[in-house]
Amino acid sequence: MTNTIGALPFEQFSNFLKSEGIRIETGPFVTRLRTKLTDVIENLALLYSDYPAFTQAGFSDFHLDIHKPASIRRWIQPQVNFTFDELTPFKPLPRPQAYAIFEWGLNWCISNYAHQYLIIHSAVLEKNDAAIVLPGVPGAGKSTLCAGLALSGWRLFSDEMALIDPSSGQLVSSPRPISLKNESINIIRNFSSSAVFGITINDTTKGSIAHLKVPEQSIQLCNQKALPKIIAFPRYRKGASTSLSPLSKSRAFMTLCENSFNYTIQGKSGFSTVKTLIDNCDCFEFEYSSLEDAIRTFDTLIEQIQ
Amino acid sequence: MNLVVQALVNHQSVKNLTDTQWDLFIRQARSSELLAHFYHRFSAEGIFSSIPEKPRNHLISDEILATRQHEAARWEILQIYQALEPIGIPVLLLKGAAYLQAELPPAPGRFFSDIDILVPRTVISEVEEKLHQWGWLTTHHDDYDQRYYRKWMHEIPPLQHVGRHSTIDVHHNILPLTARLHPDPEKMIQASVQIDEEFELYTLCPADMILHSATHLFHDGELEHGLRDLVDLDQLFRHFGEDSNFWEILINRANEIDLSRPLFYALRYTSKILNTPIPLNALQSKLLDKPIYPVRYFMDRLFLRALAPAHKSCSDWFTGIARWFLYIRSHYLRMPLHLLIPHLFYKAYVRPYKEWRENRKNVLSNKPEKKESESEIDIFE
Repeated sequence: MTNTIGALPFEQFSNFLKSEGIRIETGPFVTRLRTKLTDVIENLALLYSDYPAFTQAGFSDFHLDIHKPASIRRWIQPQVNFTFDELTPFKPLPRPQAYAIFEWGLNWCISNYAHQYLIIHSAVLEKNDAAIVLPGVPGAGKSTLCAGLALSGWRLFSDEMALIDPSSGQLVSSPRPISLKNESINIIRNFSSSAVFGITINDTTKGSIAHLKVPEQSIQLCNQKALPKIIAFPRYRKGASTSLSPLSKSRAFMTLCENSFNYTIQGKSGFSTVKTLIDNCDCFEFEYSSLEDAIRTFDTLIEQIQ
Repeated sequence: MNLVVQALVNHQSVKNLTDTQWDLFIRQARSSELLAHFYHRFSAEGIFSSIPEKPRNHLISDEILATRQHEAARWEILQIYQALEPIGIPVLLLKGAAYLQAELPPAPGRFFSDIDILVPRTVISEVEEKLHQWGWLTTHHDDYDQRYYRKWMHEIPPLQHVGRHSTIDVHHNILPLTARLHPDPEKMIQASVQIDEEFELYTLCPADMILHSATHLFHDGELEHGLRDLVDLDQLFRHFGEDSNFWEILINRANEIDLSRPLFYALRYTSKILNTPIPLNALQSKLLDKPIYPVRYFMDRLFLRALAPAHKSCSDWFTGIARWFLYIRSHYLRMPLHLLIPHLFYKAYVRPYKEWRENRKNVLSNKPEKKESESEIDIFE
């Protein structure tokens, strides 16, 4: 039976996760997750309450298990492990990072096993049937901007990965909680009273992180694809005035390729997918320090596009 | 339930799979490294489009990876060819690289991590030097490893390219010098065939290619990709077996180069597991070196398990033990005990101790710890 996680009684949700697992649908992917760790279960219940989930067996793209290691590290300086089916692709992380290893691990699965898409390290949002692609290196302020837009009426596709269907050039939506770091967490808390955060995880290699719940509408409409219209490379700089400057298509092309997880794997098809993407989009460099101004800029820009 | 083998034997069987069975099929095929292989098999049979979208995407994704790997491998093969050209010896490709370059049936969708070449032992240092000049450096810096490889093994320590990280295994024989069986590499090199006229690139002749593949699987203990290697053999048997004289040539050749036992296992298990059409007179040939009945019975119990997909859904209580037995057996076949036991002792105790001492020295002098093989999680923003 298709139901959202929120419609399942918590007790039942928790029991399924602890036994045969629960199958969670995030856009084109179904992940069967098993875990006995209560912090992970509680955080999932909060952040994934609006996602469709299945308790019966069926096809799952990824079979994940978040668990304590079967060694002394269960108790002493406890750790947490991530397994994908029977594979343990990473070294364990400290126990408090259990929820983070789930989100990171699922990202890893998609970027390694979904080469039917061209995948670019990028946030993607949609408004008025037009999608914007916000690629960025870590620390560029991509996720903060993405969270701000998602909380201001834009439909979230992803805060991490642009999935492009090579045959149609359309972007595919797989919305997941937005991972925010350090100061960004408070910026977004102050930005919107409707922002819902999961637990804050301290001392990761990226500092403190917390995940922002995805607005319900983005999840409900996640089967609707969209054509990309704007590519903007965001950069946050303290005290900078908001500036949107056109970027040459050739430079945009090269930077997109650098930010792609599987451009080199896709070969010729990858080249033509990026080419179509660039041809269909206006490309910009975007510098900002005020989130409100940034959102206003993109609201105006998307209206001009129509 | 072993859905992968069921699909290998009868492609049409996948038409009736439920979603839950597809789920299991994809997992078993992934752990057998056969997803991309199935992409090609199903496409050739014209049933690819009838596969539900979700499992189909996994086949497509893996096929894209395999194609990319093949492109990279073709480039590496060309580099090796150019590097070794001045020596004036034919470059003889083995296994995955050979199937790819010669466009043989196992190639489509087949992954391989290293490029294996066979060269005469007399030119091994020259080959190493040339490859060194082109950027392939040795991966084993431990003196013990170097000695171990050079004295006893059929290959030198693997060479890895400094820039592209591609790995070459340079062989001068197909089994360790200490092994129970003694194939003559010279005979194999003499019988090798040129792949195309443009380059001096060679493969083993059809019979030798099968014998090498069989030896690798049944005498060298590399059962990590056991089922995938069995599929190679199945594809080669079907391809070369179209010529009805082939089987006699194959069996005679096996006796000539001392590889009759591995051939027996290859014929037995491809036909038992994958229904490979092998003529009865070949299977029952008096010229084959068959183990006596109780051994044969025992080997069946071991191999029929070990050659299943390496997925828990295909394992029973005995599978782990069977794989372990075969692993021990392969070591036993590689080396006499008086060499093997000190070697295993070194691997199990002396090397970890040395590494621990090395790391401690580095920690004391604040040098970064030696990188372990398992990777750190690749952290996204």
